[in-house]
Amino acid sequence: MAATPDTLRLESERDSAWLFVLPALILSASVVAFPVIATILLSLTDWNGLGTPRFVGLDNFRALFGEPRFWVAVSNNFIFTGLFVTLPMMVALIASAFLMIIKFGRTFFQVIFFLPVTIATIILAQVWRGMIYSPVTGAVGWLQGLGLAVSNPLADPSTSLYGVLLVDMWHWWGYLTVIYFAALRQVDVSLIEAAFMDGASYIATFRFILLPMIMPTILFMLLMTVIWSFRVFDWVFILTEGGPGFSSEVLGTLAYKTAFQQMAVGRASAYSLVMSILGLVAISIYLRVQYKSEKLS
Amino acid sequence: MNPYQDRSAQFFAYLFLCSAAFSVIFPLALMIINSLRTNFEILSSPLGFPDSPNFAVYKQVWIEARLGRAIMNSCMVAAGTVAIVCLVATPAAWVIARRRVPGWLAISLYFLATTTVPVQMFIFPLYFLFAKIGFINNHFALMFVYAAIYTPFSLFLLRTYIVSIPIELEEAARIDGASNFQIFARIIFPLTSPGLLTVALIVSLNTWNEFLISITFLQTDSAATATARFYQLSGRYGSQWPEMMATATLIAAPTIIFFVLLQRRFIDGISSGAVKN
Repeated sequence: MAATPDTLRLESERDSAWLFVLPALILSASVVAFPVIATILLSLTDWNGLGTPRFVGLDNFRALFGEPRFWVAVSNNFIFTGLFVTLPMMVALIASAFLMIIKFGRTFFQVIFFLPVTIATIILAQVWRGMIYSPVTGAVGWLQGLGLAVSNPLADPSTSLYGVLLVDMWHWWGYLTVIYFAALRQVDVSLIEAAFMDGASYIATFRFILLPMIMPTILFMLLMTVIWSFRVFDWVFILTEGGPGFSSEVLGTLAYKTAFQQMAVGRASAYSLVMSILGLVAISIYLRVQYKSEKLS
Repeated sequence: MNPYQDRSAQFFAYLFLCSAAFSVIFPLALMIINSLRTNFEILSSPLGFPDSPNFAVYKQVWIEARLGRAIMNSCMVAAGTVAIVCLVATPAAWVIARRRVPGWLAISLYFLATTTVPVQMFIFPLYFLFAKIGFINNHFALMFVYAAIYTPFSLFLLRTYIVSIPIELEEAARIDGASNFQIFARIIFPLTSPGLLTVALIVSLNTWNEFLISITFLQTDSAATATARFYQLSGRYGSQWPEMMATATLIAAPTIIFFVLLQRRFIDGISSGAVKN
């Protein structure tokens, strides 16, 4: 092709397109990509954050696989994600199904349900710790005053994880409700009306018409919830710091505390790496289940 | 049967929704009510209304806890983060939406992959590097970290806006001799402004509420953002619940008011990504 001035100009414009994506790439690489590589390398070292990292091979991984605390954290992560993915989804589906049939107050309920998502986790966690769970200053104390056998779930090793989970689910289900409701409202109204004309109940209509129509949204949110809940940190760190003992420990808090409280950065990096890999495992479990259920139906 | 006319279906719907709304409001109401009571009142009866509401506690914590400074810091960090995200993510979203470079797919996959990486996977080297070069307690450093974290999400949201701009507009401008930069600045940037507004809302909300990174990188009283300050205070106020709850209310108020005023845009922005895909 002859290089006319015009094609030359277009060529250079094509080259300059790179300049538009470069700032985003440089920013992301310097904050995420390079530090991720550094974390992988640090997981093979013994480092207190100050001196020179000492290469120790796979010692960190061998050490953590022998730790009871590590295995509790791993199983807590899976329990947490399993329940966090399912329970809020069910509540949100019921709530959004009800929102579909009411005449007044749709916006009002949506705003209320969504409210906790707009408030900082540190604030919600402290409110729950002091005003709900505390046997001295909270609703639990008030119920005890009435003679009910309730206690602070965060103080008991057998319930601490679930105490944390409840707060996180309380703050989260409204977000799902708003999203499901937005999806439900895009379903063609004539489909729903036709079902009612044929004498279908609302439950049947929801199950066989509305639910399949919003399935893509439900599945997408499930995937996002798996990703987000596997890295749970704030709620555990603020409510229990992983305690009592290490009963509510998760990999996110374990890695963080190991790095910044024990200054064992090499070992912390190993926890982070295991956490990321298990997070990917959780995602692939989810994708496999979804793939199988799609093949079935 | 049509549930709109079914009395019992309506009854159960409102019963469920009202109890759900109550369970959401209850802890938040306790936060506000107990901020107005004395510690003694709370201890003697955890649930109850104040004998005489003590509004002075708000003024007290505002001065004592230096909340004005913390809220200013939060505003600055949020505004800075939004500015960086918009400047960096919009051009990248344009390139990806129009597939202007050969590696556009690899680049989108890279950004998609970064959203699955937990913060603990990159914060340790970053922290010790920042500590070495004196970037701890530096708001600009924090803005760049936040901007990098929120860029992928913003990029994908903005992409959907850019895809819906007719490509003929760009082609016409190109024929008239406009450069890439002129097309971007005069056509793409203005026409994506509704998307930019949504990005600004969500990014500033996330920045305001973020916990892990802010408590790690901001360690002094004067540098702390509102959430970091509240974390520092929960050690200091310990069991002084009225002070704690007043501080909590003051920090939560801006986001709540903002959300209630702009709820349509918030809800549309947050659900659009999930519903359309």
